[in-house]
Amino acid sequence: MTTSISRRAFLKGSLGATGLTIAVSMTPFGSRLLNASGKEEALSGFKPNIWFEITPDNRVAITVGASEMGQGVHTALAMIIADELEADWKQIKVAHGPAAKEFKNPILNDQLTVASASVRGFYEPLRKAGAAGRAMLVKAAAESWKVPESECKAVLGTVKHEKSNRSLTYGQLCQKAAKLQIPQNPPLKKESEFRYIGKPMRRVDIPEKVMGAAKFGLDVTIPNMEFAVFSRPPAYGAKPISFDQKAAEGVKGVHKIVPGPQGIAVCAESLNAALKGRDALNVKWDKGTHPQLNNDFAEKSLIGDLEKPGAKVIEIGDPKKALGEAKKKIEATYFVPFIAHATMEPMNCTAYVRDGRCDVWVSTQGQLTAQALASQISGVPPEKVQIHTTFLGCGLGRRAAPDFVVDAVLVSKEVGKPVKVVWTREEDIKYDAFRAAMSHRIVGGIDDQGRLIGWYHKVVSGSIMKDIDPAGIQGGVDFMSLWGLADFPGSPDNNRIMYDIPNFYVELLLSDLPIPVSPWRSIQNGPNAFVIESFVDELAQAAGKDPLEFRLQHLKTNWRAARVLETVAKKADWGKPIPKGQGRGIAQHCCFGTYVAQVVDLSVNEKDGSVKVNRVVAAVDCGPVVNPNTVKAQIEGAVTIALSSALKEEVMFSNGGVKSANFDDYKIIRMNEIPEIEVHIVESKESMGGIGEPGVPPTAPAVGNAIFNATGARIRRIPFTPERVLAAIKGKKA
Amino acid sequence: MISLNVNGKNYRVDVSDDTPLLWVIRDYLKLTGTKFGCGIGECGACTVHIDGKAERSCVIPVKEAQGRKIRTIEGLPQNHPVKKAWIEEQVVQCGYCQPGIMMQVAALLSESPKPNAGKIINAMDNVICRCGTHVRIKRGIRTAVQIAGKGGKQS
Repeated sequence: MTTSISRRAFLKGSLGATGLTIAVSMTPFGSRLLNASGKEEALSGFKPNIWFEITPDNRVAITVGASEMGQGVHTALAMIIADELEADWKQIKVAHGPAAKEFKNPILNDQLTVASASVRGFYEPLRKAGAAGRAMLVKAAAESWKVPESECKAVLGTVKHEKSNRSLTYGQLCQKAAKLQIPQNPPLKKESEFRYIGKPMRRVDIPEKVMGAAKFGLDVTIPNMEFAVFSRPPAYGAKPISFDQKAAEGVKGVHKIVPGPQGIAVCAESLNAALKGRDALNVKWDKGTHPQLNNDFAEKSLIGDLEKPGAKVIEIGDPKKALGEAKKKIEATYFVPFIAHATMEPMNCTAYVRDGRCDVWVSTQGQLTAQALASQISGVPPEKVQIHTTFLGCGLGRRAAPDFVVDAVLVSKEVGKPVKVVWTREEDIKYDAFRAAMSHRIVGGIDDQGRLIGWYHKVVSGSIMKDIDPAGIQGGVDFMSLWGLADFPGSPDNNRIMYDIPNFYVELLLSDLPIPVSPWRSIQNGPNAFVIESFVDELAQAAGKDPLEFRLQHLKTNWRAARVLETVAKKADWGKPIPKGQGRGIAQHCCFGTYVAQVVDLSVNEKDGSVKVNRVVAAVDCGPVVNPNTVKAQIEGAVTIALSSALKEEVMFSNGGVKSANFDDYKIIRMNEIPEIEVHIVESKESMGGIGEPGVPPTAPAVGNAIFNATGARIRRIPFTPERVLAAIKGKKA
Repeated sequence: MISLNVNGKNYRVDVSDDTPLLWVIRDYLKLTGTKFGCGIGECGACTVHIDGKAERSCVIPVKEAQGRKIRTIEGLPQNHPVKKAWIEEQVVQCGYCQPGIMMQVAALLSESPKPNAGKIINAMDNVICRCGTHVRIKRGIRTAVQIAGKGGKQS
């Protein structure tokens, strides 16, 4: 059972009696364990923050500060605590926690569920917290029985004294344990003693989701709640010229019109009335700041900017000289379009500002940001702003932005009632901050032995950091644009190109297009891997080498990348012949500390250009695995959404704004377009990586490489629509 | 006043005739298991049964649903083969689209005395899942067909 409730209700819900409460406080110097049992400040002041509590009714209530969006974080973090605590899985209950700095992920230094960071960030602190609880319960039992602690053993939610055949449950022991001092460095289990970690565990949130009982942001209902929808500008920078407030107010059920910087809100007793009121409002907008903007304009701008000087990011060796001396030199320009998040739950938020407090019910990936902004807008101090996190109807990075929170707090403040702001699907797509479109130009050089000796790479991209943290842009470099290509000082997740390249140069220019961009599952690792791994295939072709062999030849210093490639090649029958009209492509990428390689088998219909993917095989090395069930699910999901982006997705623009509006014109991959996806987890004792995102990047290049393998046509732009594939095949023949 | 029969219960709601059935189910009857995804019948998140058939409640005016038997995910028995299969195969990720998808599968399952998993899978191209649970939805369908075949409750 997982629900988001306030901590007070959470504790009260445990039969009103508190027992042993263990808190983990994340500090800049690492995690600190606290015994928060019975502490009133733990109940009201939100600190220290509890991670789990054992109550006399023999339950273990776990509070998770990370957002559950289907990646299985509630289950994984609970598994870590339950294992070290030696709890019985049946005792476990999990809920979302409030916004609190103690829930900051140590990797990100923020309470953010992004960058595939939850499990790897909280693994060690939560192991310690669980182990501390176990040590205290054992000590409490030993004291009760007046026997040495060494004779007592914790087993599945009880402490046992075998000599005297006595046992006490955690519920019976928790209040005694609560009075003990918490050990800061409790002994951890040996790997061989793990009961849950590493086993395929069923997700705790699935039963209620299957029953239709799980509450998402859009499902929140508060007594006397109003509904609001916004009329938003149709073009970037457009301002309202006129609107018919009287007509809107005349619609039955409409209560108030609230203009704001993001648009004009219509507040009503029902969603239907609010939507009718919005139609009646009939807002006339000016043309905005870039009326000429459409797809052609955006693509020309991004590709044209490749001719302008950018900021030098990295220079290793002497790339100019190496390319000058290369036996073979290849140059290519790649383009990746804007794509939308389009999470199935459209953006929404419910807020209630009154009497010096503010409650926000929201499916968010960033509780502290939401709290800070809600505080700013409502004028309520942050400690009086309560963020109630619901389940997220998919996140993909979109829900780290707080724009929908701003909407709801603003309107609630104006009307003095609880207000649910609902974005229609059209708004969700049009007012998205997209995955950044990019253009790339690369020159690669090969010597007479077929070795890669030089790589020059120029990138043009919109800046993601511009809207998140402009101070993070240093010397014209936004490191998020470069993830997977070049590392940069200050980037929290450095990951550069995997191959050994003696002479390497990367330059970046940030585009000044007005289209907002933001992290989209795997951030720019996705587009960058498409470019790098397609180009590596081009180089292999030029060197006359097999694509796998060429890659391995240049991964001598990167055995983890080589190992996932070798694994996937074996599992996918790489090197074995495939029927005519079919193609097989391979690609690898490392991001968020995890290595993934994929092989795609597909058929190309040379008459209409349609591509049918027949099989995807993936190998993943994410270091130690907490829940293999989730690891597989995340790779399957990542491959699926990546196939969607590779084959179908592109946001359309016209007249200075977004033209795409709904699932009838923004196409997402459907059931019969997805083949079986095989996931092979490579057993690994290396450092732990993330799992939500690293499955995305290798898919698009593996598809492109397979299309090349099938047709001989190299397509340097996604999506691989039938028209584009057909044109490429014809172009090759011409 | 509109009269509705949902999950075997009768309701009377004061809404305009053209209100989409979805909003009535969610905001008036507070049965929030049925989801809003697109509002144009493209994604299937809002799928309910009307007289046993899978329908998109976001594009059906509430007036048209009067006098008909409506069933939502909450009304599908807890031990229904689809619900059991979805847990067995751990199909769900975020879970937002799943109630609608499950309702469609349940309707297709009940259409034939001898349901065929391949046929059902082929009829699932009109729903959308963004987490990418496609392969597990297919596994869920195969398992649901098996469970149903073993005498699982299908009503």
